[in-house]
Amino acid sequence: MLHSLALTGPELLLSLGAIALLMVAAFMGDRSTPIVSWLSVALLAGAAILLLGPAGQGGDAFDGLFRADAFSRFAKVLIYIASAVAIIAAQSWFVRGGVHKSEYPILILLSTAGAGMMVSATDLMMLYVGLELQSLSSYVLASFQRRDERSTEAGLKYFVLGALASGILLYGISLLYGFTGSTSFATIFEAVRGPEAMGIGELFGLVFVMAGLAFKIAAVPFHMWTPDVYEGAPTPVTALFATAQKVAAVALLCRVAIEALGPATDAWRQIVIFSALASIVLGAVAAYGQTNIKRLLAYSSINNIGFALIGLAAGTAEGIASVLFYMAVYIVMTWGAFLVVMRMRDVEGQPVEGVANLAGLSRTRPALALAMAMFMLSLAGIPPLLGFMPKLAVFDAAVGAGLWPLALAGAVGSVIGAYYYLKIVKIMYFDDPAPAFEPSRDAVGGGLIAAAAVFVSPAGYLALAPLGLASLVAARSLF
Amino acid sequence: MGDDAVNFALVPILSLMLALPLVAAALCLFVRADAARWIALGATVLTLVLGIGLWAGYDLAGPQWQFVERVPLFGRFAYALGIDGIALMLIMLTVFLMPICIAASWRSVERRVPEYMAAFLLMETLMIGVFTSQDLLLFYIFFEAGLIPMYLIIGIWGGARRIYASYKFFLYTLLGSIVMLVAMLWMAREAGTTSIPELMNFDFDPQAQTLLWLAFFASFAVKMPMWPVHTWLPDAHVEAPTAGSVILAGVLLKMGGYGFVRFSLPMFPEASAELVWLVFGLSMVAIVYTSLVALVQADMKKLIAYSSVAHMAFVTIGLFAFNRQGIEGALVMMLSHGLISGALFLCVGVIYDRLHTREIARYGGLSNNMPQYALLFLLFTMGSVALPGTSGFVAEFLALVGAYEANSWVGFVATTGIILSAAYMLYLYRRVAFGVLDKPDVAAMPDLSRREWWILAPLAAAMLWMGIYPESFMAPMRRDVGTLMARIERANPDGDAQVERGPAARPGIVHAEAAAH
Repeated sequence: MLHSLALTGPELLLSLGAIALLMVAAFMGDRSTPIVSWLSVALLAGAAILLLGPAGQGGDAFDGLFRADAFSRFAKVLIYIASAVAIIAAQSWFVRGGVHKSEYPILILLSTAGAGMMVSATDLMMLYVGLELQSLSSYVLASFQRRDERSTEAGLKYFVLGALASGILLYGISLLYGFTGSTSFATIFEAVRGPEAMGIGELFGLVFVMAGLAFKIAAVPFHMWTPDVYEGAPTPVTALFATAQKVAAVALLCRVAIEALGPATDAWRQIVIFSALASIVLGAVAAYGQTNIKRLLAYSSINNIGFALIGLAAGTAEGIASVLFYMAVYIVMTWGAFLVVMRMRDVEGQPVEGVANLAGLSRTRPALALAMAMFMLSLAGIPPLLGFMPKLAVFDAAVGAGLWPLALAGAVGSVIGAYYYLKIVKIMYFDDPAPAFEPSRDAVGGGLIAAAAVFVSPAGYLALAPLGLASLVAARSLF
Repeated sequence: MGDDAVNFALVPILSLMLALPLVAAALCLFVRADAARWIALGATVLTLVLGIGLWAGYDLAGPQWQFVERVPLFGRFAYALGIDGIALMLIMLTVFLMPICIAASWRSVERRVPEYMAAFLLMETLMIGVFTSQDLLLFYIFFEAGLIPMYLIIGIWGGARRIYASYKFFLYTLLGSIVMLVAMLWMAREAGTTSIPELMNFDFDPQAQTLLWLAFFASFAVKMPMWPVHTWLPDAHVEAPTAGSVILAGVLLKMGGYGFVRFSLPMFPEASAELVWLVFGLSMVAIVYTSLVALVQADMKKLIAYSSVAHMAFVTIGLFAFNRQGIEGALVMMLSHGLISGALFLCVGVIYDRLHTREIARYGGLSNNMPQYALLFLLFTMGSVALPGTSGFVAEFLALVGAYEANSWVGFVATTGIILSAAYMLYLYRRVAFGVLDKPDVAAMPDLSRREWWILAPLAAAMLWMGIYPESFMAPMRRDVGTLMARIERANPDGDAQVERGPAARPGIVHAEAAAH
């Protein structure tokens, strides 16, 4: 029991810490927001430190409900970093809007605890509990600016569609349980390996589980909620959805696909391939006409998930490693882009979100424009920016698994996507300047943008060796 | 590779050549316009000096790959640099053209000068990188990264339809290269290495070769550009600023030819032989069709752009002739076209700066009021027509001899390109320089300034040097062509000419003849 508690240390710390901070917030009111925010970041750092101990590579906890391995450690580090940035960056963003409530960092902590459960779950029930904890916090976060119609709409939409997806997922789980007799990944793995492995029941269960998880990662054809929610939710929350939650859901999908349904790779591979290519193409084509930068980034996230799924489709350790590597670079690029979006404020300090507002940014704010251009070209996967490397890794994994036509199709799809990323660069560099943004005095945000820009520049190649090794070790622990 | 150990450079001169423009580019972003101009000029001249050092230090009798640098990076990829004679000559072309480009933009670019200079310097690093990489991934990164600065150069400092042209340039080229990337990944797995020199000696399965060859062809044919995927080039040329056109025509197009020499031919000899009809077919169409298109252009830059497509077709024909004359002719063609087309774009730039139009009909009679200009423009026109004494002649003669040996019909059709090029170039020259000087604004145009002389004279000198004594340029490449010949000989398709060596001919004379022309 003690061992199990040690293995779940980070989640325990985050949950208990969140409850304690909730008390602080309840008694001190919104005055406590800054201190609660920084304490939350400290808790996330503490959770990350705990990963150095048994929680990092300890093994199974609670009789196989929960596993702490290199894979969960890698994903959790990414999730903690992305969540911490969401708390830090939100400080100046909400303060300007006047509604920075101290519940915000606490909800993020709870969502992060849920995400941690998701990536460590080795049982369908555990998976569901983690997912719901994370989702319920997210619904509230999406409608956090409750006086803003778009924000409340986003929250409601997210809730209704999220509940539907959870229903689909639960139905799939019940089918898998019914036909294999267990909710444990290991048992399901054995059950689908046998000679008459994939009966129609298991197959249906697999399809429903895949569909439910595809909703959570916002892969086509279950992506419809993404643009609306991303547009309506407060920008730091949108960024959280696009980064930390994506990592959690993608890692969860990988674990389910390999640890529970590994022997049925051929059955789910076609679903993943379809979803990957459809996400790449639709994410690229639908982004063409967008005039709102947050909607555009929503489609960008759909597009990028498609590339990550190519790595999963390979179904090999190398493929999973490429997915993890992809997510690691992806969260930095995405956070960078959203941090730039958070700086888009007109002279009165009101946030603006039009793509046209970026016009001529290279002349009014050259450094910001350069950073944004780097994030865009990196998301498009143009070398020498770092975003090229994860695309290379997933294509390489697909080629290694003999799926070179998939790699080719994905590569060609990336050209379609390059168009709208280029469009942002074009608007910033070629067009005549729009009214300049209000100068920002937020040094922390500026520092984060600079750090992200350095990471996606060729200087980030220095991180390739450690990242590549860590993601490979993480991926191997699934097999 | 065991023999690498002996030819590691004492000074990492290639890395220096990559770093110098890059550092200067970063510097340019932080200074004012005038300082940026001088930094850019200084950096490009210094790189040229390094390039001359490179040429001087290149040992003709030394190993195939010289100035080798190798630092293993991550996984199977490495930071591996090194050059052979072919790469050396193309690097020389690049570093020679760059200061000229900077000088040509000295006054004609007024807006956002620091960014402009930074983009050009970045471009120089990436172009040198392409020719020096010895690792597949490194090559791809340099090859692809060049799109970003060129996109900005066309898009920010270009003409009226610059946005359209910049998108077209970027997406066209990206689509071609991305197919190549997947092929590279497959090759790296199959051969177990990403080292280009090792891959050049790896025998791929002939069946796989065909697909790989087509994937690389998709990239290089767009870059070259070959008919029918050439349509981005006229748009990009017309809209790009003068110096951008020079770099585009002078160096970027050569990456396609370089790719054929470095990848397609030595790595996939069987597929190259099998698909030679495709290359010949497209090239013949290109020569005749784009020459005819060039004949009717009303825009000077467009005319020269189409002439580039026709001239690059000589390169592809020569390369795939599978014989020494053809390949050497193609390589000289790449160098010669780099000089001549660059010079022609600069000539257009000179009068564009004065009258701000590229429409041929707006000019006429320039030989009256701009005699010096008319002289140099005539010289480069003759180079483009391949008059003996100019570098164009050496190139086209060798390429056509090679083509004739491989297939006399190809030789026949390609030769019409010489006649057609004379037609459209002389027609252009007649309309611009001769005739009556009846337009007052044209008559008011001053002759070449001292700066313009400094830009055009080195090009003229280099062109004549290459035309009169091509041996200087062919000597470093000769052994590498021999290596390539030995590599592809096993797949050499039978020519229809069945050339027999005459009784008087002895080994060695063929070289001497080639050099004398």
